[in-house]
Amino acid sequence: MLSYSVDDDILTVFIKGELDHHTSSGLREETDKLIDRFSPIKTILDFKNVTFCDSSGIAFVLGRYKRMTAGGGILELTRLPRQVATIFDLANLGSLIRIT
Amino acid sequence: MKFINEANITFPSNSSNESFARMSVAAFVSQLDPTVEELAEIKTMVSEAVTNCVVHAYENTIGLVRIRVQISDSRAVRITVKDTGKGIEDVETAKQPCFTTGSEDRAGMGFTIMESFSDKLRVKSAPGRGTSVIMEKKIIKRG
Ligand SMILES: Nc1ncnc2c1ncn2[C@@H]1O[C@H](COP(=O)(O)OP(=O)(O)OP(=O)(O)O)[C@@H](O)[C@H]1O
Ligand SMILES: [Mg+2]
Repeated sequence: MLSYSVDDDILTVFIKGELDHHTSSGLREETDKLIDRFSPIKTILDFKNVTFCDSSGIAFVLGRYKRMTAGGGILELTRLPRQVATIFDLANLGSLIRIT
Repeated sequence: MKFINEANITFPSNSSNESFARMSVAAFVSQLDPTVEELAEIKTMVSEAVTNCVVHAYENTIGLVRIRVQISDSRAVRITVKDTGKGIEDVETAKQPCFTTGSEDRAGMGFTIMESFSDKLRVKSAPGRGTSVIMEKKIIKRG
């Protein structure tokens, strides 16, 4: 459900598949492990291959945002499919987090 | 409202059934030839309601989740998601954006999403007895 690349202290996490309550706990664990391992200055969550997302995805993003900013880092979101963008808009995530 | 078709799905509140539930409802609603966007909204509404049964109603236990999907002669879809779990003390408060009794893995956005994607949302709940969430959404006729 996840692959990643690291380049110049920037960690990019590529998420794949359906992001719901059932899948989010594994995704959270794996993402946090990568953040701990690489201590990136910036983490980018790439949603290009996410086929479904509900409110569990909102909490997943907010949790990673808190984790990154607590250590003085940055979290960004990129390539949101329309369904994902609609859900994140309802939670007004764009007011807090840069979305490219 | 006159209903012309109906499906009933009952399953235990294992989180692995969340995806089964939203896919099943989407498959049944497909007979109305909804747009990709309408179908995505239906899936999300079902996912939110079912996840609430798994996470809140039955918490660390397993109970039954019952879904009824009805289709009316005017292309309205009514989805009822029912549990016999712990119930909600104060429904109006529970529906507020960002209100959650859950852990930090919850955003408190489920009801806000269900409300925004449905035309009508009704919640019936009694503490200790369970909760029913009834959502209606009209599928626009195309072509
Ligand atoms: N079926 C239910 N049984 C018992 N309590 C419920 C049920 N559904 C919702 N609730 C209560 O209502 C609150 C708000 O629900 P809502 O779905 O809006 O947010 P959440 O589930 O806490 O977070 P999120 O949906 O963003 O993961 C829940 O925290 C819970 O206290
Ligand atoms: Mg919820």
